Amino acid sequence: MKKPIAGGAGAATGVEVTLASSGVSRPRRGPLSPLENERLLAGVLLAPTIVLLGMFIAYPFVMGVWLSLSSTSVGNVGHFVGAHNFVKAWNDSIFRTAFWNTCWYTGWATVFKLTLGMWLALLLNRSFRGKRIVRASMLLPFIVPTVLSTFAWRWMFDPTFSVLNWLLFRAGMITTKLPFLSDGDYGMWCAIVVNTWRGMPFFAITLLAGLQTINPDLHEASSLDGANAWHRFWHVTWPLLKPVTLVVVVFSVIQTFSDFQLIYVLTGGGPANATHLIATYAYQVGVATGLLGEGAAISLFMLPVLFLVVWLQLRYLRRLETT
Amino acid sequence: MERRTFLRVTGVAGILAAQRAPAFAQGTKLHWLRWNDFVPAGDVVLRQQIVEAGKALGAEIQLETINANDLQSRITAAIQSGSGADVIMTLHNWPHLYAASLADVTDVADWLGKDQGGYYGQSEQAVKDGARYLAVPWSISGLMIAYRKSWFAEAGATAPPKTLEEYRQLGMKLKKKGHPIGQTLGHTFGDAPAWSYPLVWNFGGAETDKQGRASLDSKETVESVKWMASFWKDACDEGGFAWDDTNNNRAFLAGEISASLNGASIYIAAKRGQDKIKDDKGEPMWRDIDHFAIPRGPAGTWGYHIPFSHMVMKYSKNQKPAKELLKWLHAKEHFGKWFEVMEGFSVGSTKYWEQHALWGKLDDAMKLYRTAAQASRIIGYQGPPNAKASEVYSKYILTDMYAKAAQGMKPEDAVKWAAGELKAIYG
Repeated sequence: MKKPIAGGAGAATGVEVTLASSGVSRPRRGPLSPLENERLLAGVLLAPTIVLLGMFIAYPFVMGVWLSLSSTSVGNVGHFVGAHNFVKAWNDSIFRTAFWNTCWYTGWATVFKLTLGMWLALLLNRSFRGKRIVRASMLLPFIVPTVLSTFAWRWMFDPTFSVLNWLLFRAGMITTKLPFLSDGDYGMWCAIVVNTWRGMPFFAITLLAGLQTINPDLHEASSLDGANAWHRFWHVTWPLLKPVTLVVVVFSVIQTFSDFQLIYVLTGGGPANATHLIATYAYQVGVATGLLGEGAAISLFMLPVLFLVVWLQLRYLRRLETT
Repeated sequence: MERRTFLRVTGVAGILAAQRAPAFAQGTKLHWLRWNDFVPAGDVVLRQQIVEAGKALGAEIQLETINANDLQSRITAAIQSGSGADVIMTLHNWPHLYAASLADVTDVADWLGKDQGGYYGQSEQAVKDGARYLAVPWSISGLMIAYRKSWFAEAGATAPPKTLEEYRQLGMKLKKKGHPIGQTLGHTFGDAPAWSYPLVWNFGGAETDKQGRASLDSKETVESVKWMASFWKDACDEGGFAWDDTNNNRAFLAGEISASLNGASIYIAAKRGQDKIKDDKGEPMWRDIDHFAIPRGPAGTWGYHIPFSHMVMKYSKNQKPAKELLKWLHAKEHFGKWFEVMEGFSVGSTKYWEQHALWGKLDDAMKLYRTAAQASRIIGYQGPPNAKASEVYSKYILTDMYAKAAQGMKPEDAVKWAAGELKAIYG
């Protein structure tokens, strides 16, 4: 039996869709025009995206994988060396330091960005005068190019002329300069602070968008039931915000784990490699030393770690959605 | 090759005879990439000279200057993409790193060496692979310790220290008076290796043996690290862990430190800005500044004075005009103009420039730079300054060896760490 789908495009274009064809032959029609051919149209519409993804995502990725398996150095094509570059990197103490630094940096920066971003989002979700201006200006750290803002932070942390040291000294809180960038531990925490400052607005604005989808009636109802602010957050807000939070955390972990600009400008990986990340070390080996194969292998070490983190988080997200 | 023969071979004699530009393809454009010079007047002269050179060579020449720390990424990108500047300035022994991608410039470099009194050792080693010149040596940036004469005198030193131990003892007194010595142990391209490499050499250590095998792990290296750790604690501004090549200039000119290993830019900047840059008595600071070489260690008094050179890129379609440009720039009357405005910050790559009239005009404080390059070795010593030496340099392994010990690691462990890294690189 022929059963046209109701209304809309099908009817308008004269295309009939049959749900069952038993005993009823489809009416003969002439050749479809290109726009009517769904396969062709889909291909045409997808082509620009596929070309762009191919050029800017797939090709560099495949090239990176090939480089990591070869002895390519600057100006020399090189040959296939299997996992040699990966083994060499793993046995390199600077790489292991950079790997550990990257995990530490990503972990703490994400915790701070999430905590402070959530706090900021909850504050901004309230009604107050100038709310829109505050919300817009909050995005400034995220909008300013990383290199520029990091230069400003570098001046603030300057080993000799730090304005922060000057302020703390003037306030009587310190008697000698704090070694912001000249001590390994301080340097790493400074980098985490700058990353948090820069990334927090992304968390805040996304979580704010999530907060605004929560029906106020739920909060009202729980208040009537006697829930205090913390209970309302923990039992109402947080469960409903979890999916958004997980997505933001996934994006942030990817960006932070592969961070380059901030460290390159702020510390150059020093002192004594204490702030080197995988990306900055890969650059040092691949570009400054010209060992493109080894540099690619070092940067590809990020892949399994990120894959695992993203897979675990997305799996958890799917579980949340199904429950 | 005789100069006359060279001129004939390269066709310059014909150009001179014809009194007009060579027959390069119409619209020949040359792209020349250099760093932003620490003495900006040098870049000004070069920009004037490319106009003259363009007319003489019949080519349009573009000079682009960028931050020194960005040079290597530009070179790598240019080589891998097969396009970019025709002539690129390099530091250290980088030409060995890019050897496969460089045009042979032996003819120009040979001529220059013979014409101008022969190269300093490190200038030649930095660019020569066997008989082939990978790049044309340009200049040498001498690195001396700039110091405040009055503060040294207050600490009891009327003359600069002669040995490293004397330097440490003096530094201890200076630091107690609030005038520490400023030395970078950070990840930066010039001042850090110019300090850490000579320190190994002056205690008798070496990165490699004569066959190019790693040989850092020695009691001499351990001694140098022990000295550095105590020098750092006793005498230095500990902010130096995070300094780049400009921080010590700023700290010195602000009166925060009493001495620092540096090119002559501190002195030159203090003199050019004498209206603003004053000492603690309100007098122009430059009058209170003098220089001395890295003091003698148990095994000698070597320095690392950084060689600069120009590479003609193999991918360039304008290799011949590019070489002509380098030859034009190196002619005594042209290079001399640049050499003069550099006021000793950069000296020639050949010994001819030691005799230049400029040295008679410069202040006494600058005269040490005239022959500084004679007492220099190059990275990779005792082996060849090859690509592996570049890898050690690029990873700041020697600098970090000292930094780790200065931060508290046992000197023996710091040397063991660095030796392990070198072993992985050199084998």
